[in-house]
This record gives sequence, structure tokens and C-alpha cells, in this order.
Amino acid sequence: MRYLPLSAVDRADMLQAIGAKSVDALFCDVPASVLLDAPVDLPSHAGEMDVERAIAAMAAKNMGTGTVPSFLGAGAYRHHVPSTVDHMIQRGEFLTSYTPYQPEVSQGTLQYLFEFQTQVALLTGMEVANASLYDGATACAEAVLMAARVTKRNKAVLSGGLHPQYRDVVKTQARFLDFEVAMAEPDPMGGEDLAAMIDENTACVVVQNPTFFGHLRDATALAAACHEKGVLLVVAVNEVVSLGAVKPPGDMGADIMIGEGQSLGNGLSFGGPYLGLMATRQKLVRQMPGRLVGQTTDVDGRRGWVLTLSTREQHIRREKATSNICTNSGLCALAFTIHLTLLGEAGFGKLAAINHANAALLAEKLGGIAGVEVINDSFFNEFTLRLPKPAGGVVEALAAKGILGGVPVSRLYPDDPSLADLMLVAASETNTVGDMDALAEALGEVL
Amino acid sequence: MSTVKFTEEHEWIAIDGNIATVGITAYAAEQLGDVVFVELPAVGKAVTQGGDAAVVESVKAASEVYAPISGEITEANPALDDEPATVNADPEGAGWFFKMTIGDASELDGLMDANAYKSFVEGLG
Amino acid sequence: MPTRTITGNRGLQVEATLIFEQDTPGVTAVDLPDPPKVKGRLGDMGRDEAIGLPNLSEPEVVRHYMRLSQKNYAIDLGMYPLGSCTMKHNPRLNEKMARLPGLSDLHPLQPESTVQGALELIETCAHWLRVLTNMPAVAMSPAAGAHGELCGLMAIRAALEDQGNPRKKVLVPESAHGTNPASAALCGYAVESIPANAQGRVDLDALKEKLDTDVAAVMLTNPNTCGLFENDILEIAEAVHAVGAYFYCDGANFNAIVGRVRPGDLGIDCMHINLHKTFSTPHGGGGPGSGPTVFSEALAPFVPVPYVVHDADGFRMVEHESRSDAKPFGRMKAFHGQFGVFVRALSYMMSMGSDGLRQASADAVLSANYLLARLGDTLTPSFGGPCMHEALFDDRFLKDTGVSTLDFAKAMIDEGVHPMTMYFPLVVHGALLMEPTETESRESLDGFIEMVKGLAARAANGDAGYFKNAPRMTPRRRLDETAAARSPVLRWKKEDSAQNTSE
Repeated sequence: MRYLPLSAVDRADMLQAIGAKSVDALFCDVPASVLLDAPVDLPSHAGEMDVERAIAAMAAKNMGTGTVPSFLGAGAYRHHVPSTVDHMIQRGEFLTSYTPYQPEVSQGTLQYLFEFQTQVALLTGMEVANASLYDGATACAEAVLMAARVTKRNKAVLSGGLHPQYRDVVKTQARFLDFEVAMAEPDPMGGEDLAAMIDENTACVVVQNPTFFGHLRDATALAAACHEKGVLLVVAVNEVVSLGAVKPPGDMGADIMIGEGQSLGNGLSFGGPYLGLMATRQKLVRQMPGRLVGQTTDVDGRRGWVLTLSTREQHIRREKATSNICTNSGLCALAFTIHLTLLGEAGFGKLAAINHANAALLAEKLGGIAGVEVINDSFFNEFTLRLPKPAGGVVEALAAKGILGGVPVSRLYPDDPSLADLMLVAASETNTVGDMDALAEALGEVL
Repeated sequence: MSTVKFTEEHEWIAIDGNIATVGITAYAAEQLGDVVFVELPAVGKAVTQGGDAAVVESVKAASEVYAPISGEITEANPALDDEPATVNADPEGAGWFFKMTIGDASELDGLMDANAYKSFVEGLG
Repeated sequence: MPTRTITGNRGLQVEATLIFEQDTPGVTAVDLPDPPKVKGRLGDMGRDEAIGLPNLSEPEVVRHYMRLSQKNYAIDLGMYPLGSCTMKHNPRLNEKMARLPGLSDLHPLQPESTVQGALELIETCAHWLRVLTNMPAVAMSPAAGAHGELCGLMAIRAALEDQGNPRKKVLVPESAHGTNPASAALCGYAVESIPANAQGRVDLDALKEKLDTDVAAVMLTNPNTCGLFENDILEIAEAVHAVGAYFYCDGANFNAIVGRVRPGDLGIDCMHINLHKTFSTPHGGGGPGSGPTVFSEALAPFVPVPYVVHDADGFRMVEHESRSDAKPFGRMKAFHGQFGVFVRALSYMMSMGSDGLRQASADAVLSANYLLARLGDTLTPSFGGPCMHEALFDDRFLKDTGVSTLDFAKAMIDEGVHPMTMYFPLVVHGALLMEPTETESRESLDGFIEMVKGLAARAANGDAGYFKNAPRMTPRRRLDETAAARSPVLRWKKEDSAQNTSE
């Protein structure tokens, strides 16, 4: 029991100091009928080697994206994370510290969160960002609730190009509140007209760019249509690397930007923990959920940072808080900010350019296969293929050949037969031309 | 000279003809500490006696400010947006929160006068 | 006030400017290949203007974050007795396991046939949690404790709606974490407060008086936020169920009882578990957490998607309500939850084993009672009798000293220890809530006790000025939170830096 520093002698001495006969005496408030007198039916303690063996055995049963050509996206993206990132986030001072409630001994966390907030604001073209939320999907639900507070209206219009799981999370969040969620039909061609779905109850319209199907769509006109009717426009970005090449939400007139920040600094990790992003206009900041770090000075006049505008939060406002959120994704935000600092302006732009060029090259290769159609007119690093047969089986067949070729849209929309032949394919800087040729060849074979 | 009344929730209300001005008392401002933000009601909003009308925030606390009587908001103090510290500097003067109509003058009868409020505060220890 | 150096640095404390103030155009910390030449597909959606990110080289970046790291306190450095936060040791084996290829590099939407080991891992972690709580079902997807609360309340509401009446309100003790009422409000429930009795527990009679068929749920933390076990818990559960309501337990303090008391035996219908507290996954400066939520038989059908099913064909994931044969209330989060945190928690649970977890809760309770006993005559304990995993004191011992709980805490910082939780729970005046956890050595506990006693003597001797001016030794001293809130500066801007450096 290597994590327990107390010896048997220590325990006996401490019991004596307390004046208790046994540890059981300290549990005297627990009804005797429910106090267990023996360990529960689970394995006994184990050393590092045993634990490592057991968990490594489970890992060995999986096909890691790092070991095969992999082209999966749909809201989670594989990128190369520089070595510095993982080294720094494992420093104990970052890894094993708590929420920075005591600012005098938390300036490290506070400063990197302030830098993170600034980076997110710059990337998205928004005025202010918070210190992160759980993930993109929960950030989306929070944005919808925030829009309801700002507009005092109770309906959200969700684009058919919004990630289907984001749509589900919003729907779940709204289910028990007096709140209507109007879902546009899934929009594989990127041609929907959301302005027509706005009515006097509408608090916000939520779109995604690039869309779930990969299309690039300028929401500037939609923003104007929203603002004319007092509606907020929420723009979701779930591949943040796109912001190195694509027009940002702030330039389109977005009122709230939400996003998934996993792509920078954070591995795929089978879906979590990820990094929810949220940014907005300065004037809406008091309705924004999540922690915020602000600049101030100490008693000696030196610049420093503190958590601020805390009265929005649950520990003070309780049932009237902007959200029930207590934790954020601090360490994931640290990984994000270190990665982006390493990249810098030039590196980030180049990273985005490589992602885009690799995807464009891959689209050319796959679009040339008989019966395969790239349905996008524009895209960043992910596009949708229409296949001559259901994509679910094709993806399984590719996996059997040792290639993770894409995400079948039916994985997320299982009940819509019109989407069954669609497959999302993403490329990043991690894909070589050899990977792309392997996918093209294998896809030709399995069709 | 207007009539000033007080509530047990530490609001003051000054009656001037058919308009009342509302704020928080010096005692409340001191208890709250440095005020950092005041959320004021929209002009035209109807409020009922004892209902939420505004929120006043310090760094670590947020307190509701209740309407001492029923009526309609006619004006919110624009100075508090830029200078919330006014609430601390002059709570019962320049730090007023909002003005409102007097929906039912009889509701004023249940409120305390200055002397009664003074004893009430002393009783809080 | 320490002597001013020329640089502003003080020995090992090296000042760090913002990354934006370290920009050297033309410098980079990454070497990326040139993109292939191919026709672009951005259409007219390209980004025209520069973003404004600073350019630094790798050595500069490493130094920057190294300097920042040295401005943080951490469990790795010393005792972190934050009550209700369970700041225990974070084993490095957990970190190594979470980074194994085949776990860290799995995409959440890979074909199930390629992730059988990952699904097995989620199911194994779920199994440990079900056995430790004696509850039949668990939702693994909630991202944190408060998210788990929301998950539990949504399942309760879904179950009540299924019975035809969602009911109107949720009862929460005065001493509860702020997340409890906030979560209830997000489920459309009004919140009513339950008073505490003089022993710091729920007032059973007052609770019974409030219980009627409008009550959807009672939310209780057990052990509660005063560090006390709710000794009427079985009667409370019975009373809650008698009116057809559900019993929600906030599992924030599960570390006190794990391996010794199973929430399922207490009549609890659902409870979230903070893996980042009880199961040693790192707090990471405020996240990520993970809040799996366990459910009783009555609520099990309403567990949200996704969940793992194990049958003859192996493991599979039910990801859609339409593919479930139960009645999931919806989806809490994209993908499958905080998988990387599950790996860490499982690594911890396997390391500790059923015997070690049982010993850990014993040691956690023993250590808290040791603080309570040895500090009991110096500080003022709020309640009598033994405590569970945390000891609660109030500020009576500071009466007439001119020193507040906050001042006392700031002086502890100068002594190299992170302060305890302060001013929470709200039910006692000037609360000091100390949770040592089981991973403090005897020497560490004794050192803490002597330090607190010394400071208390200093306060009693009338040295209030010492406390008011603490901390003195930290990278920054007390910060002006009022100014920060009055005119919020939430991001760097070029013009702000220009002003700052010209001062």
C-alpha cells in the first residue's frame, strides 16, 4: 500500500492521542447495520508491475490511431503534440494543484489561464473568452442557456450542420426546462435556410463552421438576420486548427463562440477529457458561465491575476447562478495554450495550411475512385464522401485491412437511411502521402 | 423634504410626490463591503412589494434588492454602471438604485421610519 | 516588504512576463514540413488578417512555463488540507497508464471491433464503482461532480415524468455545496432549504415536515459538509421514499467511507463520484474532473447514453436512445465521458485494491480526528464527537484578536502550507474546514498542527498586524480583487502592455 504513509505504530499512537479504542470507534455515527466488517468483493492491492500488465493488456486489444493510417474526425482530431507540452503539463505544480482560489500561491495557473483566454479571443475574433468548460458539446448547451438569459426568450434553433451529439446534449439540457429546441434537418449539402426558422421566441441560432459535414459557411448574413430580430448567433468550431486558415466567428458577427479545443495539445484519449471553449462580447460577459481570470495588482503594486466576476458562479449564487459548473478543464487548457505558444503565429498558420492541403490532396485521390463522390464544394481538413453502399460496412471492412478510414455518418444518425452512404474523412499533418494512397487503394478494394 | 421609509431587508425608499426613489441603507452597504456591480431593473418593469428588483454585488457576495412597494420602474441610476463604488460612498444619496411609481400608497404604512430602522439595526447586534 | 532586486526576481522566484510580451517575429518552436502543392478548397472563406499570436522559440517556451509552474502551490510540494476537495497524492503510475499507446491514441468513433480493450476498461472501472457503492447501474459520461449531480437529477425527473408527475421541488440542506441548488434549478426544480440541528446534521423533524408529494428529491451530502456522518440517514431515506421522492447523495465526501459503507445500503437512489477526489486523479489546477453517477434499481432504466453492454459478441456501446431497450433520459456529453480519467482512476483502484481502499478511508478519518483532537483546545471545533474525513472549526478562537479567518489563512501561506477551506460550510461562522486525507505522513500532520498552534498563539498575543500583512513570501502578495471585478481586464491587449512597461 505504497500510497499510505502511516505505519501501524503511527496509527496506534494517533488513536491514543484521540482517545479512541479503534478506527471503528470513529465510525460510531454510522448505523451498525450498514458498516462493513470486511473488504468488498474486489481484488486486493497490487504493485505497479501487476497494474501495468493488466491495463496494458486492455490497451493491446485496441487499434491505436498512432499505429495505422487514420482519417477520423467528426469532432475529435488527431494532431501531433510537441514533446514540450506533455512534459510541462506533468510538472507537479500544474498537475497537482487545485482551482486557484488562493491567488498568492496560484499565480502560475492564473497567468496561463489569462494567456489562454487571450489566445482564444484572438483565434476566434471575439472580445473575451472564459477559462474553459468541459467540452464542445456541453459548451454548446451552456451557450444556449446563456442566450436565453440574455434575450429572456426560450427557444433555440439548431443547424443541421451542427455536430449531432452537440444537438443531443442541447436537447437533453433543455428537456426539463421551459425551453424549445427547433432542430433543422441534417444538412449534408450545407444548403439550409435557418433565418426562416426564427420567430419572436427565438433566443439564439446555433451553427457550426466548418459544419459537421465539412462545409465552410459564412454566417455573416445569418448574423444580420438574427440581430434584426434580437436573436443571438452562436457559432460552434469543433476543429480549432481551422481558425488558422478560415474566417473566424467574430468576423461573421457571432455573439457567442463555442468550440472544442482538443485539437491543440490534447490527445484523442477515446473522447475525453477534452476542452470546451467559449467566447463572447464584452457586454455579455456577466451572463457567461465558467471561470474567468482578470488582471489586477497586489498590495505592492505588482501586476497579478485573480479569479473574478465570481458572483456569477454556483458557490455564491447557488440556484441563481449562470451555471452549475464548478470544475473546468484547467490542465487541458494548459496543454492547449502551451501548444499554441510553441506554434506561434507563423507555426499555427502553417499547421492549418498543411491540414488543408493534405485534405485537399486526399479528396482528389478519393474522389477519383469509381462510384465515390466528394460532396463538398468547400472544406478545411474534413469532407464527406458519398459511397455506392452503406458506409458502416465499408468502415468495418477498412478496419479489417488495418485502416481507420473515416466515420460513417450512420454512427451518429443511425435512424436516417438517407445518410447511410455518407462517410466523413479527415486529414491532418499526421497523415503521409503513403497513408493516403493506402486508404485510396483499400477503399477501391472494399467497394 | 421627502418622507423616507426603511425595510427589514435594508432598502430605503424616499417618497417625493407620486415618485419614489429606492436604494440600500448605509448599514447594508457597509455589510456588503466594496460594491463592484449593480444590476438595475429595466425602465417600465412592474415590480411587486417584496419581489426582486435589483442585484448588488461585492467581490464575494451577491444580494437581491427587493422592491419596498409595488409599482413600475421609471428610472435606473446611470451613475452606478460606471461607478458602482458610489453605493459605498453615498448609499443614501447619489448611490440610489432606481425610481418607481407608487402603486399602492398603503404599502408604505408597513415600513419603518428612520428611528424604527435605527433600533432595528441596533437589535441585529 | 522584502528588498527590491533590480530585476524584480527573488532568488528562485523568477518573474514571468506574458507570452504576448515575448514575441520575436521570425522565431518558431516548431519545424513543420511544407504543405503539398494542391488546389485550395477554402473558397472565399479564408482568414485574411493576422491573428496576433506571439512567436517564441522552444527554450523560451520551456522557461516561461517553468517559471509559471514555480508560482503554484501543489500537493507534490506539501499538505493541501482543503476541506471537501480531497487533495490526496496523485500517483504517477496513473499518468503513465493514461498515456499508453492503445489508450491515449484511440479515436472515440473508431469501429467497436477496434476498441474492445477500451470498452473493457470502461466496464471494469464501472464494475469497481458499482461494487464499492452496491448500486446496480452507473452513468460514466458526466464530466465532473456538478455534471453528475445534473445527471442524477435528470434521471430522477425522467423517472417521475414516467410516473406521470415530475413534481415541483428539491430539498437541499443549508450546508450543501452551491452546485446542488444550481443543478436542481437546471432541472426546472424550485429549491427549498433544510435546516440543520445543533449537532450539525439534518434536522429530521424539519425535513419530515417539508416532505410531501411536491418533493421530487432530497439532495444530501454524506458525510456532510461539516465532516459528519448523517446518523439518521436510514430514517431519512425511509421518509423520502415514503412520499415517493428520490434520495440523491452528493458523493464529494465518499473518501471517508469507501470500502466501509456502501451508499446502496443506505437507501440512496443516486450518487455522483468525483474520480478527481476519492480516486486520486489529478485536480490539474481546476480540471478536468470526472463524475460517474451510480443509480439504484428504480432509476437504472433512465441512465443516459452512452453505456457499455457486454454480451456473447463482446463489448458494445449503446450510443442512441433509439437503440436502447431501456428509457435513457438523453445524452450529457459528446462521446463517452472522461476516458483518460477512467484509466487513471482504475489504475488507482487496482493499486489500492479492496483492502487498500478500506485502509485509506480509515486513515483519512483517523488523520482528520487526529487534527480535531490535537487542535481542539487551540481552535474552536464547531461540533462535538468524532468527525469523518474532515475537521470543522469556526472563528470563535479568533474573537477579539482582530484577526479574521482569511488573515489566519494568509499567514499559513507564508508557513508553506496551503490553507484549509474557509467560510464554507455557511452554517458556522468563519469556518475553517480541514481535510488532511490519508496520504499525509505523521510527521506532516504534526508539523501542520504545530504551525497552526503557533499562529493561534501569535493571534492571541495581539499581533494582528502580522496577519493583516500576510502573505509576505509569495510571488505576489494580497491582490486587489475589488479592482479586478469593478473594471474587468480579461485579456491582454497590446496597448495595455505598452502602458505597463512604461511605468
